[in-house]
Amino acid sequence: MKSKLILSTVAAMMLSSVAAQADTLRLLTWGGYAPEDVIAKFEEQTGHTVEVTKSNNEEMIAKLRATNGGGFDLAQPSQDRIAGPQAEFGIYKPLDMSKIDTALFIPSMLEATKGNTTVDGEVYAVPHVWGTSGLVVNTAEAGDVKDYTDLCNDSVAGKVSYRLKRPTLIGFAYAMGLDPFAAYGDEAAYKDIIDQVEAKLVECKANVKTYWDGGDELKNLLRSGEVVAAMAWDTGGWQLNDDNADIIFVAPASGALGWIDTFVLPARGRADDAAYDWINFVMQPEIAAMITASAGNFTASKGGDANVDDALKAKYQASFPQEAIDNIKWYPSVPAGLEALEGAALDRINAAN
Amino acid sequence: MANDRAKLTFWLLLAPLMIWLLTLIVLPHLGMFLVSLREKVGVREYETSFANYAVFFNEPLYWNTFARTAYMSVTATALTLFIGFPIAYYIAKLTRGRTKTTLFLMCLIPFWVSELVRTFGWMILLRETGVISNVLQYLGLVGGPVEMLYNDAAIMTGLVYTSMLFMVVPLVTTLDSLDDSLIEAGYDLGASGFAILREIVIPHAMPGIVSGCIVVFMLSLGNYLTPILLGGKDSLWFTGLIYNQFITRFNWELGSAFGFLLLGLSSLIVFVGLKLSRQSLGKTMAQT
Repeated sequence: MKSKLILSTVAAMMLSSVAAQADTLRLLTWGGYAPEDVIAKFEEQTGHTVEVTKSNNEEMIAKLRATNGGGFDLAQPSQDRIAGPQAEFGIYKPLDMSKIDTALFIPSMLEATKGNTTVDGEVYAVPHVWGTSGLVVNTAEAGDVKDYTDLCNDSVAGKVSYRLKRPTLIGFAYAMGLDPFAAYGDEAAYKDIIDQVEAKLVECKANVKTYWDGGDELKNLLRSGEVVAAMAWDTGGWQLNDDNADIIFVAPASGALGWIDTFVLPARGRADDAAYDWINFVMQPEIAAMITASAGNFTASKGGDANVDDALKAKYQASFPQEAIDNIKWYPSVPAGLEALEGAALDRINAAN
Repeated sequence: MANDRAKLTFWLLLAPLMIWLLTLIVLPHLGMFLVSLREKVGVREYETSFANYAVFFNEPLYWNTFARTAYMSVTATALTLFIGFPIAYYIAKLTRGRTKTTLFLMCLIPFWVSELVRTFGWMILLRETGVISNVLQYLGLVGGPVEMLYNDAAIMTGLVYTSMLFMVVPLVTTLDSLDDSLIEAGYDLGASGFAILREIVIPHAMPGIVSGCIVVFMLSLGNYLTPILLGGKDSLWFTGLIYNQFITRFNWELGSAFGFLLLGLSSLIVFVGLKLSRQSLGKTMAQT
């Protein structure tokens, strides 16, 4: 009787140790970054199970802050939103680079991301998906929109949309000939820039139909023709181009804004091994191509663009001739505290008549 | 012994309510209050002060947003009462049996879908390429597309629509309890319809009116979806500000302070409303 009990206990322990290796990976990510077919393949190969929560930059940070970095095992904020929140709230934990197969990454992008996300000598993030935001224009009706400030032209009055978020402030600043990224370290100079942009956006408000919030909302506005020019992500423009050949993504004259979404480990994540497995799995070129097909954006996987379908490549090349690529403004890390400045400006723009 | 058992039963029955109140209402509010007293002085450095509350009174933007939200909510409440009262009177006094149930059910049906779906329904109707705009063009009443979304009138429509039920239900209940013979007596004594409404119906329905108004006002003031979605670029609403502070600015300290100010100021408005209508909260709640 007793030996039976011991046996079954041992059996149960063995079972649970197997179970410990096959973890549940709770992934906090963007829509399209973890498509069903990729998850199915990953679960089949590793035995882990994946739970996906779709979110955006601000919500990811707010969620992790609410739990002090718990509740998720892997998150994907943009590379400029890591050092600041880490210094302020301590919601991430350093990466163990020895567990990541760095040969899978495009070296320049990996180095840039590591550099931007290093806090106190520890690396917190590696790159995953990158893209830009610029202008989506219906060329049949708003062919003259070439830069962010053109959204304030009389010719497109009432038919314009952008987000009331920080990329809009940055984009307008560059289009007005200012250099906000250079002023990141100098709060007074940065405030001066934001004040000028605020005045411009308040003046421009009459031109705006509505401030968009989600990608689907914007696509609806452009598809129905209610909006003819908008500040948006490149993929949104490329997807709309499939439905209406007049709608294209334009890299603005002052430069598209480049973002890189990354992999970070939340401070109190429980399945680090599964997280590293996921990173190494999705950075393989053929898997990266599947994610590009689903998200519409290219990845930092070396050779990942080789398997991407030609239609997307053609759209990418049409929007980005070489000089436009060289002109992309990559977001540097946001210093802690600047967001309060921007927030107050955005509130005042929202309240203006 | 029997006394002890009765006491135990009482506490056990009360326990779910107490746990609910304590864990979901009292504790979070305490936590939020403590957060609202923290003033951020540097990275991970905080001091205890009322600075976050001072921000609200020193920055006209926030103060104005609250005033606008309160003003719009009061207007929405008045409109809801104005539209809801005849409906409630009709249901309570002029219909019987199955018709009554059917009409009551029709007020309820919109609430079978979520608020989000209802708001999207309004967006489909009101937008420039939407149903109403197209019908007007088809009838030749307007030359080009008309935009009816993204303004205060759209917000108001949405708010009234969302809160109609909460006005009609208490009104029907109080009007139901009004004895028809009182109205007949009024007519017998030669009063006009308006005099009967003013002297008999409204005084009797007052508790229903007040409780309906409180619920509708609070719902409108605390609404987030309707003003944001229907208001577009002019959708300044106090709850939206709180959301922004918490989610997009990571400024929980200011967000918490705003939350408490909303709680305090809205309670104050309700208190003033009760005083003006000479009703007490206890009496109102007991009669509806």
